[in-house]
Amino acid sequence: MSATPRAGDPVITPALVAEHGLTADEYERLERMLGRTPTFTELGVVSALWSEHCSYKHSRPVLKTLPTTAPWVLQGPGENAGAISIGDGMAVAFKIESHNHPSAVEPYQGAATGVGGILRDVFTMGARPIAMLNSLRFGSLDTPRVRYLVGGVVKGIGDYGNCVGIPTVAGDVMFDAAYEGNPLVNAMCVGVLREEELIRAKAEGVGNPIIAVGARTGRDGIHGASFASEDLSEENEAKRPRVQVGDPFTEKLLLEASLELIRSGHIVAIQDMGAAGLTSSSAEMAERGDVGVTIDTTKVPVRETGMTPYEILLSESQERMLVVAKRGHEADVKAILTKWDLAAEVIGEVIAEPVYRVTEGDHVVAEFPGTRLVTDCPQYHQEARESTAIQALRARDVHAITPRAEEADPMWTLERLLAAPTITSKGWITRQYDSTVRTGTVLGPGAADAAVVRVRGTKRLLALKTDCNGRYVYLDPRVGGRIAVAEAARNVACTGGRPRAITNCLNFGNPKKPEVFFQFREAVGGMGDACRALQTPVTGGNVSLYNENPSGAVYPTPTIGMVGVIEDASHVMPSAFRSAGDAIVLLGENTDEIGASEYLATIHGVVAGAPPACDLTAEAALIEALLELAASGVARSAHDCSDGGLAVALAECCVGTRERPVGAQVDLTAWSALPTRALLFGEAQGRVLVSTTDAERVLAIAKAHGVPARVIGRTVAAEAGLRITVGASSWERPLSALLDAYHESLPRAMARAVAESVTEGVA
Amino acid sequence: MKIGVVSFPGSNCDEDAYLAAVEHLGCEAVMLWHKAHDLEGSDVIILPGGFSYGDYLRSGAIARFSPIMQEVVAHAKRGAPVIGICNGFQIACEAGLLPGALMRNASLQFRSMPVTIRVERTDTPFTVLCRTGDLLTMPIAHGDGRFTVDAPTLERIEGEGLVVFRYVDADGVTSEAANPNGSLDNIAGVTNAARNVVGLMPHPERALEPLLGSDDGSILFRSLLATVAA
Repeated sequence: MSATPRAGDPVITPALVAEHGLTADEYERLERMLGRTPTFTELGVVSALWSEHCSYKHSRPVLKTLPTTAPWVLQGPGENAGAISIGDGMAVAFKIESHNHPSAVEPYQGAATGVGGILRDVFTMGARPIAMLNSLRFGSLDTPRVRYLVGGVVKGIGDYGNCVGIPTVAGDVMFDAAYEGNPLVNAMCVGVLREEELIRAKAEGVGNPIIAVGARTGRDGIHGASFASEDLSEENEAKRPRVQVGDPFTEKLLLEASLELIRSGHIVAIQDMGAAGLTSSSAEMAERGDVGVTIDTTKVPVRETGMTPYEILLSESQERMLVVAKRGHEADVKAILTKWDLAAEVIGEVIAEPVYRVTEGDHVVAEFPGTRLVTDCPQYHQEARESTAIQALRARDVHAITPRAEEADPMWTLERLLAAPTITSKGWITRQYDSTVRTGTVLGPGAADAAVVRVRGTKRLLALKTDCNGRYVYLDPRVGGRIAVAEAARNVACTGGRPRAITNCLNFGNPKKPEVFFQFREAVGGMGDACRALQTPVTGGNVSLYNENPSGAVYPTPTIGMVGVIEDASHVMPSAFRSAGDAIVLLGENTDEIGASEYLATIHGVVAGAPPACDLTAEAALIEALLELAASGVARSAHDCSDGGLAVALAECCVGTRERPVGAQVDLTAWSALPTRALLFGEAQGRVLVSTTDAERVLAIAKAHGVPARVIGRTVAAEAGLRITVGASSWERPLSALLDAYHESLPRAMARAVAESVTEGVA
Repeated sequence: MKIGVVSFPGSNCDEDAYLAAVEHLGCEAVMLWHKAHDLEGSDVIILPGGFSYGDYLRSGAIARFSPIMQEVVAHAKRGAPVIGICNGFQIACEAGLLPGALMRNASLQFRSMPVTIRVERTDTPFTVLCRTGDLLTMPIAHGDGRFTVDAPTLERIEGEGLVVFRYVDADGVTSEAANPNGSLDNIAGVTNAARNVVGLMPHPERALEPLLGSDDGSILFRSLLATVAA
């Protein structure tokens, strides 16, 4: 058999090929593989599967350098999601994925369907989702467009996750003009399962039926994968129909039905019909099992009439699954789906013949030899060259920047930083997310450096965090990549968790530009360095390239989703001070580094200088010290110093718990040799503030791990405010001022958005 | 005591309510499928939170027509305890078991946060162990929680003492700042004239352990046990 065109198919021309995003070389490769001219349907299939989004054709050679194994890793990259063992027979499946392009043109549905997609990736592993996280990047909040995007994305995430009933427990949000035209929306899902329940999306067993499950297929989202693999432009606004529309109610039914199906023993494999829909799910399952498949598009349940095989194959209608069932168990599968009011139709089968075949009734409309559709995708080894402009920015002497007159009072600076959108409390966002459903959230949004979620069936808990400072990566991708992993690990350790593994979402610009590819290669290299040093292998993730528009690319942003394991609930540490009378200990060392800092960006409008050094050996020692502090129960709180440095971290410890603020008096005279602004606002890595009733013990534990530590002050009554002393100088502020800056800034900014939506009619 | 927890398509707090019954109270409990017509001998019915039938049309509007609700309404008419939490409260109102309706929050945003509620009535199966004026802290998580009712009905329910919980500040005072959704008279929960059906927007089943931030929800479940055992 060989595929032949359908009546009415357009003629394959170079223009049509180009419209499908294939280069002349790639098209020749396709013709060689087939030994003939492809049909229109085949061209569509290949354009989706060979898009960057599905094929990783520019990124794979670099991704191969990442560490992916450890004794606790049950599933590394290449499946719907990664999985690790957490002991007691329990496992965690988790993954992060981007939905940047759809969110840029339709923030509400773009973000909502991002949540839906990542949920499906996790529950198709047999895991019940127990937590969601989100890593978001937006342009400056000063523009109405950005405020509209923030409002839409947050509502989209909330409406979807809240309805399905998975708590959104943590995340990170940063604002910078670099993300102006290209917001980043990265969603992470974490699920739990018993180790033996892990299922893989590998088609097996000749004669086994292939079943389409869930929502019907419509014309929405056709070519979404290719859309995600190109730069954004004015014309992309016209591609809004490529954005899918989500239905969380159907997702909830699909979740329950899928888990019931997996546990029933009636199926051998299941995969989300995500990017490139039926095409990628069927081709990838066939490739993993090294089997042939045949699919009849007339059997696929559709919601519109007159859909062509091309449209059915490439639709990205949401809330659909592809299942390979055991032969003879078709009725059992249908019975389970019917219970949940969902459709299930046999649309094809696993065959012995090594082909990937699509028919429309009896007419073969696409046929590819073996699994070459997936394996023959070209791979590119791009040229990499660092931008000389960025080299110059990094080399700039930022110490020569003259402080502003107001900085004579560092508390003035502190208030500005606490109000900066990247630092300020994200309560306005997180209070729109249900964080307590499923009764497992021990420490939710804002309560600790990472979210802490318990796992039924074991006394262990999970510590979860997303992180990445794109400004660091922009100014030095190698160091920035290391810090992204190290900071996420430090956050997890600050809650008492041992960092175990990461998933990553690599958001970059156009890889065909040598300057962008350099960032990609170096940032991934830096991540790899840190993952090896901290023993946190990569279990999967997603690559999102072409995050750029005519005004430039986003900061290179390799978002890290870190999973850690806390041995016992008694080890859990929150981030904020608990009460007056505790000693405050600083772990780690202050330095004279202010490059790439939030201080320079917010106070001086400068993005320059080298990011702080990242000593991975010191970070590993710090993590061990934190874990011993947690296990010994001697620390009442632990919070790392990151954006805004030591002074911001101190203020966050004071006012982080809005209802119960705690004052502090600290003396940093030991570092009086450092410039005040570097001491207070520099972002030296590897530092953590610990509050304790037993400072001697904390110092002893730190010393045993080779971690510098010093008592810098005490917590005091809230009425006493925050006072910082360095030598003969002393500055203070009442907590009311810090509370206002930290908790009211984002609501104030977003209140403007509400006013705008009323006057401009923006939804 | 046997507790029946109804599972509607889209319920997402049904498992939490079930675990509250089994693990916290140590009672027998059963999940009741929305298509079923049998309460399986349940003494108490919990209508749990979530987004039944996607909350399409209007929160709780479709759920009231489900087969199991005919049985739940009959059960309530016989005077048996029925508790509606969050979406369950909305369903109970739609089904006519409770006065009033729950509208979109005044902020037009979903609200997920801990709130403090004051116990106004102790003559319901859900509050019999409480004292009037007790302050309880527990989470809310809803987009449609603004309790509303027409003026004559408000006068009646206030007059007959059918308001069971109100949103208050840390000092137990009703205020606009303490009202998370714009509910009329800060009403967080109500009962029916026979006082066997109670609905509330906050989630007591999420406040049963200090580890999760509060165990103030416990007294409501223990009240049920005390009522049915008595």
